[in-house]
Amino acid sequence: MGLARNMAVEIPKAEAQTDDIPLLRIDAVAKKFGIVRAVDRLSLDIRAGEFFALLGPSGCGKTTLLRMLAGFETPDEGRILLDGKDIAQVLPHQRPVNLMFQNYALFPHLTVRDNIAFGLRRAGMPRSQIDARVAEMVALVKLEGLEKRKPDQLSGGQKQRVALARSLARRPQMLLLDEPLAALDKKLRESTQFELMELQRRLGMTFVIVTHDQEEAMTVADRIGVMDAGRLEQVATPRELYEAPASRWVAEFVGDINIFEGQLESREASRLMISTKDAGTIVVAEPRQWIAKMLVCVAIRPEKVKLSRRGPVSDAVNAQAINRLEGVVTDVSYLGGATSYKIKLDSGAVLRSSMANTARIDIDVYTASQRVVAWFTPDDCVVLEQ
Amino acid sequence: MSGRRIFTRPARLAAIAPSLWMLLFFLMPFGFVLKISLSQTAIAQPPYLPVFDLAQGAAAIKAASAALSLDNFRLLVSDDLYILSYLRSLVVAAVSTSILLAIGYPIAYGMARLRRRWQAVAMMLVIVPFWTSFLIRIYAWINILQHDGLLNKILLALHLVTAPVVWLSTDSAMYLGIVYSYLPFMILPLYAVLGKMDMALLEAASDLGASPRQTFWLVTFPLSLPGVGAGVLLCFIPIVGEFVIPDLLAGSGSLMIGQALWLEFFTNKDWPVASAVAVVLLLLLLVPLILYDRLQRRQLGDAQ
Repeated sequence: MGLARNMAVEIPKAEAQTDDIPLLRIDAVAKKFGIVRAVDRLSLDIRAGEFFALLGPSGCGKTTLLRMLAGFETPDEGRILLDGKDIAQVLPHQRPVNLMFQNYALFPHLTVRDNIAFGLRRAGMPRSQIDARVAEMVALVKLEGLEKRKPDQLSGGQKQRVALARSLARRPQMLLLDEPLAALDKKLRESTQFELMELQRRLGMTFVIVTHDQEEAMTVADRIGVMDAGRLEQVATPRELYEAPASRWVAEFVGDINIFEGQLESREASRLMISTKDAGTIVVAEPRQWIAKMLVCVAIRPEKVKLSRRGPVSDAVNAQAINRLEGVVTDVSYLGGATSYKIKLDSGAVLRSSMANTARIDIDVYTASQRVVAWFTPDDCVVLEQ
Repeated sequence: MSGRRIFTRPARLAAIAPSLWMLLFFLMPFGFVLKISLSQTAIAQPPYLPVFDLAQGAAAIKAASAALSLDNFRLLVSDDLYILSYLRSLVVAAVSTSILLAIGYPIAYGMARLRRRWQAVAMMLVIVPFWTSFLIRIYAWINILQHDGLLNKILLALHLVTAPVVWLSTDSAMYLGIVYSYLPFMILPLYAVLGKMDMALLEAASDLGASPRQTFWLVTFPLSLPGVGAGVLLCFIPIVGEFVIPDLLAGSGSLMIGQALWLEFFTNKDWPVASAVAVVLLLLLLVPLILYDRLQRRQLGDAQ
């Protein structure tokens, strides 16, 4: 954001848009296909200069929402306000928004240069300016020397860059990206994610990306909207989404998690006692008020579950509060940076733990069928409605 | 290692097969026709001279070869009947192909935009006329177009005309017959290309500010050019040599080259001149083929 502010000198529009007026306001937008509600009265604000990700499983309506922003679908209900103007009914070729297509959709009969210049020519830009802008875009995505090639003569990564340059060339008010990195291999995808972020910061432009890859969403986005069945389940920063999921569905969708169903028993200071079937009584630090006897679930991320042979080495004050579960290691998966364990608790339930391999020679390795104590602090637990 | 050789032998044979086919069914017959075109007419069996007889030895073949001449080709150039026939064939083929493209493109485009299920139905409708003999369909047109035919009856009943109009034995009737007969050959290659078109490309064009009309001329049409080329060739080449349709539907005022060839062959029994006409026709038709081939080669070269 800091860099985006510096860029405001060059792009006066960004300055004019103050934080309280969003660049994009999606207001109770709905779209049905037959009897399927692809997007179900969804509202969302996106700020200028933001990198926003729409994340969700396939069929959740994220692509339909993006296509409505681009103009390829018309909402049945609701408004889409871009910079205060309702664009819900505006035709795609008349919108100040560009889309980078999933499979790039490069024109196979045109060279890289002509692909990038396509939108500029339609806008009636003078020839000399087109040349300058194309050169600028080619430099921006580091495609120098490939201007005369046709899309068939490019690698996957190069095609992706051409598609990006083409959609950026018109300097849209907002760039939409539909699974832009899905076709790249893992290494290239990761490096491209950082290039995308860098580019977005440098241009100070608003990016809205659609992805089903949560790691990608968390890497690139300032905020993420998690969608399911046409609705937004949660809109939050990546950290909030992971550490404070709003619902059980989000908790289970984003990353790995252990979930224990139980009943709220009592409250002591800011700590809740929850009795669970599989893990006994769990103590959770939770400032919110919950109704006693309510059915809830306790969620703990695997990396917050520590293992030890005998139990935590902790001072006397915390000793009472720490949740301890005993069990037997059943699976060990060494993943390089971390090792993932499955522990069969005495209750029969399975608990997952992930421990970072912080030292090359690790003395704390646990092997299958070894008996261990798994523990986690009240702060590491999240209480959610069942 | 030996396994490898076993695999390559059929592959090599397969590569030779098309060449063998061409040699047997195209180059050899063409050689015969070319030889006859260099001979003279004779009242004999076969009706031309000289005749090669391998049994009589090398000297006789040498003598026979000396008798070959280009006289028939000189005749083709000196008599404007042939030149006019060639020209008329080219003009008829060019005009018909243009009409076919103008009618076939929108039909193929419309078919490609239909839902999958309806595409199959439309495809059937295009192909269904093939189930009836071509000749019967042309005779049907004669029936429709004749003096007291269906068309005139309808026009009279609707009071659009006061007296029957002469349709049959006109160029209009011939063009109608040609366009009607060749339309599937134009539609199918166009449909094959347009049906495969990636819709995302059209969306991309519109996303980048192209109006629907611009999208068509800047993306759809250029990408359908291979289909246009195939359809045009598939129609143009046979129409140049067309004999039945002009013979049945057009007037007797001017001939197409196919008719001239038929006259030489069957009415005048002049095989050598007929063969010369055929040889020139073939050479004429090679020109668009070579042009098309070069165009494709250039496109392939671009892709590499």
